[in-house]
Amino acid sequence: MKSLAELDKLREEIQREMALREKKEGIKVVVSMGTCGIAAGARDVIAVLLEEISRRNLQDVVLTQTGCAGLCHCEPLVQVEGPGGEKVTYGHVDEQKAREIVAAHLVNGQVIKEWTVKEEGERV
Amino acid sequence: MRLYRAHVLVCAGAGCISSGCQAVKNALLENIERLGLQQEVKVVETGCMGPCDLGPVIVVYPEGVFYRQLKPSDAVEIAEEHLLKGRVVRHLLYQPAESATPATTFEQIDFFKKQTRIALRNTGIINPESVEEYIARDGYRALGKALSEMTPAQVLECIKRSGLRGRGGAGFPTGLKWEFTARAPGDTKYVVCNADEGDPGAFMDRSIIEGDPHTVLEGMAICGYAIGARQGYVYVRAEYPLAVERLELAIARARRYGLLGDNIFGTDFSFDVEIRVGAGAFVCGEETALLASIEGRRGEPRPRPPFPAVQGLWGKPTVINNVETWANVPPIILNGADWFASIGTEKSKGTKVFALAGKVNNTGLVEVPMGTTLREIIYEIGGGIPGGKQFKAVQTGGPSGGCIPASHLDVPVDYESLTGLGAIMGSGGMIVLDETTCMVDLARFFLEFVQDESCGKCSPCRIGTRRMLEILERIIKGQGRDGDIELLEELGRNIKSSALCGLGQTAPNPVLSTIRHFRAEYAAHIYDKKCPAGVCKDLIVYTISEEKCNGCGRCALVCPARAIVGEKKKAHRIDVEKCIRCGTCMEKCKFMAIYTM
Ligand SMILES: Cc1cc2nc3c(=O)[nH]c(=O)nc-3n(C[C@H](O)[C@H](O)[C@H](O)COP(=O)(O)O)c2cc1C
Ligand code: SF4
Ligand code: SF4
Ligand code: SF4
Ligand code: FES
Ligand code: FES
Repeated sequence: MKSLAELDKLREEIQREMALREKKEGIKVVVSMGTCGIAAGARDVIAVLLEEISRRNLQDVVLTQTGCAGLCHCEPLVQVEGPGGEKVTYGHVDEQKAREIVAAHLVNGQVIKEWTVKEEGERV
Repeated sequence: MRLYRAHVLVCAGAGCISSGCQAVKNALLENIERLGLQQEVKVVETGCMGPCDLGPVIVVYPEGVFYRQLKPSDAVEIAEEHLLKGRVVRHLLYQPAESATPATTFEQIDFFKKQTRIALRNTGIINPESVEEYIARDGYRALGKALSEMTPAQVLECIKRSGLRGRGGAGFPTGLKWEFTARAPGDTKYVVCNADEGDPGAFMDRSIIEGDPHTVLEGMAICGYAIGARQGYVYVRAEYPLAVERLELAIARARRYGLLGDNIFGTDFSFDVEIRVGAGAFVCGEETALLASIEGRRGEPRPRPPFPAVQGLWGKPTVINNVETWANVPPIILNGADWFASIGTEKSKGTKVFALAGKVNNTGLVEVPMGTTLREIIYEIGGGIPGGKQFKAVQTGGPSGGCIPASHLDVPVDYESLTGLGAIMGSGGMIVLDETTCMVDLARFFLEFVQDESCGKCSPCRIGTRRMLEILERIIKGQGRDGDIELLEELGRNIKSSALCGLGQTAPNPVLSTIRHFRAEYAAHIYDKKCPAGVCKDLIVYTISEEKCNGCGRCALVCPARAIVGEKKKAHRIDVEKCIRCGTCMEKCKFMAIYTM
């Protein structure tokens, strides 16, 4: 360690890895992992999301999962929650769509309207 | 660098280790692997999270879900439900006593909510074996800042202005201590960390080293820069092998990154740290005894002055500070003196870590701003007294400290107010006592401890505390005499003023403070031969209630002393002369007819 700048660089790298232990304002990506979600392929979707987020070195994105969202016919479901709390829910997500959601929505802030689903009522 | 979508933090502090966290961790790992989640979920071992009586505890991020009292079978359920399917396992959450709904995340739990963590900022949050995780939490930035942006004098000034005082007992201003050493003549100077932690019941220093060892190293290095020292020593007691191991590892990793050793951060400042393992006698925590022990001599105190600041290790100027004091240094440098001075009270700045123990619902480690009241600590964080019992007093400061009765529960905790009540802050042991504690017996316990630990070098301490102990033992046996209380007070005052070191100078405190606040309890033992709390065995009288006793004879049958007489179907009677106070009869009576007084 030859300078403070060098320490700061290392710090930022590791902070990404630990970001999910901090309650920071950022984008939250939630995948429904109820029984039907898993059956429909949600596990592959979450793996792809994780891979894409790491590969692109995205800061302040937290990837997590939840139980049944009550929209079994649209699984796999991916919900993207912005820092302001606004939510967009994508349905029938597959591996390819997951990659595009990361590129379009998380990186460029563009919602892919045709893949979104309306949420009927509250999530469970 | 791999990203994970969940981090599972498993507490591996001393409390959780003893309640079986290793088996829980193994079960978690096995099941994560079985479910194929090892690429997505990371398991991290941390130091003590605080609520030790709820152990083993884990926290699952990013949600921060807090699970407690886990068994290995619970780990299976958490892996299958939470980690795989994202469903919180409700029955493993913490259930606050007064609320119907369980708390999901630890932020919702009063125990955590009311705390301000500075010294414990990383403990229970990072993996203590990873210097990288420490760095991610701004570790070594304070050292970097000091070396590249501040002069040694500015570092001294910052610590002085922050108002930080020693957390090892006496509360001496830390900046002033450093300044004495900085100004002392001589080129060779030393920095020492006191991790002896001899107070029975205290474990915060251990938890800091086990949970966040780098903060101590960083604090010491900053001091080394400020005073012109290039060598530091950490004196740890041998009973803390895990602390020693983690510290060794931390030193090695810090060296590898060039954060210890030569030319740190590319400057001409060099600093290194070595560990010394102590024998673990209480008196070895006293600073002059500790230094003697590091030098390889017997751990015996010597008179001060000269103070270690001027003549310490091998006669060289030496700064010696407590573990918790060191843990406060990096955040002060990083956030500034004003930030630190804005927390706490007029004369006691910052926070204090307490090891909350005894008759209180939530025991464990808590860190609160100075000035928090005892009531807040015991009732809001500690959750009050279990079993519907009455609060009686709180003992602070260990064997050098004293008791504070219920009438002073609203006292703000700082150095001066505790001293004013005849107790002290000490290193932060806080034992809650309820109505079933006998104050005379408690005083005896601490006196017995210091009597055993006295090094014997000076007579007031060696002989004086022996005399006090004998008197207390007599009182407890029911042989107390008129004038005993006054005699204890006189002896106590004399020992305090004439003993050579802090051990003897504070040894009478538990006795004097219990006399001060609970004089009537001493009087009851001496004059009425009664122990109001029902603890002192020789003073308990077993009696049978004439109304409740139906003469079944069960008690007489089990009495080993044949002390119970009575005709069948008529009230029985205990012969006090014969009774050996074993309590067997009371246990056996189905009609609650036998009671003590
Ligand atoms: C008998 C006795 C035992 C002590 N034990 C400890 C101890 O275990 N840990 C500690 O930090 N200080 C202990 N002290 C206080 C130290 O002598 C010294 O004041 C302290 O380490 C200074 O650090 P601080 O200014 O950061 O509190 C003890 C003092 C006495 C008289
Ligand atoms: S006061 Fe007690 S412990 Fe201290 S030097 Fe004297 S005998 Fe030893
Ligand atoms: S056991 Fe109880 S009820 Fe029976 S004789 Fe003894 S005191 Fe009386
Ligand atoms: S306390 Fe023990 S010795 Fe005394 S009366 Fe009861 S059984 Fe007998
Ligand atoms: S189980 Fe997936 S929506 Fe119901
Ligand atoms: S040891 Fe786990 S909470 Fe203290």
